Amino acid sequence: MISKRMYPWLDERLGLSGIYKTVLDRMVPKVNWWFTLGSATLFLFALQVVTGIMLSAYYVPSPDKAYDSIQYIMNGVAFGWLIRGIHHWGATLMVITVFLHMLRVFFYAAYKYPREITWTTGVFLLLATLGMGFTGYLLPWDQKAYWATTVGTSIAGTVPGIGEFILRALRGGSDLSGVTLARFFSAHIWMFPAIIIALIGVHIYLVIRIGISSVPKEND
Amino acid sequence: MARSPNLSRRGFIMSVMTFAGSIMGIVVGLPVIGFLISPALNVTKSDAWVPVGKLDSYPVGVPTPFSFTRTKVNGWEKTVNSISVFVLRDATDKVRVFSSVCTHLGCRVTFHKDSNEFICPCHDAHFNKDGGVVSGPPPRPLDQYESKVENGALLIHVIQS
Repeated sequence: MISKRMYPWLDERLGLSGIYKTVLDRMVPKVNWWFTLGSATLFLFALQVVTGIMLSAYYVPSPDKAYDSIQYIMNGVAFGWLIRGIHHWGATLMVITVFLHMLRVFFYAAYKYPREITWTTGVFLLLATLGMGFTGYLLPWDQKAYWATTVGTSIAGTVPGIGEFILRALRGGSDLSGVTLARFFSAHIWMFPAIIIALIGVHIYLVIRIGISSVPKEND
Repeated sequence: MARSPNLSRRGFIMSVMTFAGSIMGIVVGLPVIGFLISPALNVTKSDAWVPVGKLDSYPVGVPTPFSFTRTKVNGWEKTVNSISVFVLRDATDKVRVFSSVCTHLGCRVTFHKDSNEFICPCHDAHFNKDGGVVSGPPPRPLDQYESKVENGALLIHVIQS
C-alpha cells in the first residue's frame, strides 16, 4: 500500500492521477452488458499470456518430446493440469468473446466515423486471435493436432496459383514435420503475440481517445 | 440518495473489489508458484547395490578408476548419469571406494600416480590417496561409497536423489 505521503510524491513525478483520469474516469454513455466484451477479451488475453509463459517453462517444441513434455505438465507438475486447462479453455473462450465483441460493434454500427481505424485494428486482432488458435492447436503434437494442421494447411494450399507456395511456407516444406512444429511454436509465442500486443495498444488508445459509442436510438 | 454516515457506496465497492481481487490473486498466484517450483519439491530417492567388478581385479594400494552409468526418469526424458569412482584396495583386502566428484564445486578429480594425489582441474584441489584434503578449496575429504564383497564381486551402494 502506498502511504498517504508517498502517493503525492510519486504522482507529481509519474502523473498517476492523470493516467487514472484518462483511462478509467473517462465519460461513457449509458450502455449495456454487451459493452463488456472488449474488456473480457483483454482479460482473457492477459490470462493467456500468463498461462502461456508458464507452460513454456516445461513445453518442448520438438517432435520427439512435445507430447511427452505435455504428459509431464499434466501428470508430473503441480497444478500443470490447471495452468494448461486455463490456457486451453481460455483460448476457446477468447475466440468466442472476440467474435461476440465484433458482432456487438457491427450491430450497433459502432464501426462508423470516427472509429474506422478502431474497427480495422479489431479485424486484424480477430485474424491474429484465430492465428493463435490455429498455431496453438498443433503444439500438443497428438493425432488430433497433426491431422487438424494437415487439413488446415491443405486448405491454405488450395489458393489458385500460389497455393503450393503458401502450403510450403506454412509447413516449412512439403510435409508436416518438426520444422512445422518449430515455426508454429515461434508464431504462437513470438510473432502473433507481438502483433496482438501492438494492435491492442492502438485499439485501446483509440477507444480512450475517441470514447465509446452509445446504443443507437430510434432517430439515429 | 441519503449518505451513509459510515461507509460510502464508493468506499464499499472499493473494499469489496480489493478483497475479491486479493482472493483472486491468491487463487491464481499460488498455483503459478507451485507450478514453477514443482520439480524442486518432487524429490525421489533411489538406491541400488551396483557391481563394480571382481575384487581381485583391483591392484593393491593404488586407487583405480571404474565408471558406470545410471539412468533415471526426470521430467519427460530419461537422464543418463555417468558415475565414476576410485577403488582403493589395501593389503588386507579392505576396500574404500571414493567418489570422483570434487567436494568443492562438483568437478571430477583424477588420480595422478606421480604425486600420489587426486587432483581437481577446476580449482587445483589436491587430495591424498586416502581422500583427505592436502591443499586447495575443498571443505571436506572425498566422499566414499559404502561397499561390500559378495562371491568375490565388489558392490557399492549408490544412492541417487
